[in-house]
Amino acid sequence: MPRPPRAIDCDLHPAVTGFAALAPYLEPYWRDSVEDRGMEVLETASYPPNAPITARADWRPKGGRAGATLAQLQTEALDRFGADIGILNCLFPVQLPFSEDMSAAFSRALNDWVRAEWLDRDSRLRASIVLPMHSPEHAVAEIERLAPDRRFVQAMILAMGEIPAGRRAFWPVYAALERHSLPLAIHAGSAYRHPVTSIGWPSWYLEDYVAHQQGFQSTLASLVTEGVFTKFPGLKVVLLESGVTWLPAFLWRLTKTWKGVRFEVPWVDRSPAEIVRDHVRLTVQPFDAPEDPDTVRRLLDHLRSDELLLWASDWPHWQFDGDAIAPPGLPADLLPKIMVDNPLATYARLREEGVSS
Amino acid sequence: MAARYVVAPVAEIPPGGRKVVEAGAGRRIVVFNLEGEFFALLDRCPHQGGRLSGGKLCGLVESDEPGVFHYDRKGEILRCPWHQWEFDIRTGKSRHDPNRTRTRAFPAHVESGAALTQEGPYVLETFPVRVEEDYVVVEA
Repeated sequence: MPRPPRAIDCDLHPAVTGFAALAPYLEPYWRDSVEDRGMEVLETASYPPNAPITARADWRPKGGRAGATLAQLQTEALDRFGADIGILNCLFPVQLPFSEDMSAAFSRALNDWVRAEWLDRDSRLRASIVLPMHSPEHAVAEIERLAPDRRFVQAMILAMGEIPAGRRAFWPVYAALERHSLPLAIHAGSAYRHPVTSIGWPSWYLEDYVAHQQGFQSTLASLVTEGVFTKFPGLKVVLLESGVTWLPAFLWRLTKTWKGVRFEVPWVDRSPAEIVRDHVRLTVQPFDAPEDPDTVRRLLDHLRSDELLLWASDWPHWQFDGDAIAPPGLPADLLPKIMVDNPLATYARLREEGVSS
Repeated sequence: MAARYVVAPVAEIPPGGRKVVEAGAGRRIVVFNLEGEFFALLDRCPHQGGRLSGGKLCGLVESDEPGVFHYDRKGEILRCPWHQWEFDIRTGKSRHDPNRTRTRAFPAHVESGAALTQEGPYVLETFPVRVEEDYVVVEA
């Protein structure tokens, strides 16, 4: 029997420094196409390179890029925080191109890069399959291509895509995920097809950052009301970098309103709050709560479950300093559950390895 | 022991109709005729006290798959006029939380005027009971 893991880090972000790094993994047509077009890198407004939150100061190497090498990941996060398993969620924005084919080609290259440059080089690592979600056909093909590699333990989309994530056009994707025991990870971020707020483009980074909570809420409401969890009862969803504190109030509103319009969505045949508690998990960085334990305790009461939270360092994003890996105010006795039990309960592919707590 | 209230001549509540009666001090009950079957509910939504008697009667829509609407039991589901919570007029149970959220249901049935004049005790409404007519009786 393998010994129980000390911790499972559910949100790590290896950085692609540019298309030069991906070039060996791009198919020849796309490699030349990127070169012909003079494309060097893709950046989104979500993570401006010099924004403090994009990388912790002590994780920004002189002359290099935060999060860019396995050695950085090992010394700064895995070894330092004692994680026996770390899940890579690469945010290189393959979701940006409007061309479905280009987006899919970049996704394939990115996932192969993750596999060769990271998974193959440290046995502690697992990863998300980054999905080219603008085309459900491409997304399904990418799942089918990579699912046989059991180190891919989930698949990842961004909170804000082209259309709401619950729509039936995406159901072949969810069917494939359920079939392969892969949770759907939804990471903060946008393909920037629409303003990140529903009232138009914001002026400031602060507005953009805070608005992602609305994106998560709308995406979650879409998944519930369209009946994704009714249709795919085995599907789990993991919200990454979503924050946590908004969830209880959102569920109150969603559930209260559902009581009066249930007949419009009769497949939502029980409380939406229960559905979400059964299917959805959230990582704890950023935690976005005040730091006093009493407030955090009340928040945990409102969540009405100690199974919802998954530990993550969010490396190399700057969510905490030093070794303060647990959000302030979180009860110490909850940590083993968040760091080991809950991730194991969420990720079938970790359980099948014989990892147990 | 529930009292028995003679609430109306049958002809006064036609199929699909309803009548609100007072049964006991300040207690309002709404009586429905569902194609000749009578049902009685406390006229008070357990949510915030809305008068259920002012609500719309609908069918029950259920679904075992998104996009599929099974619609039947037309006229048996009462929607509270305040927040549209659904109640089954047969049981008083809400659809969204049937075990914990419900309004009280009372047995209702039809008795002949002949029987009513011979048996008792009854709490009579303010109308005469004739042996040749039938009446709605609620046990509440």
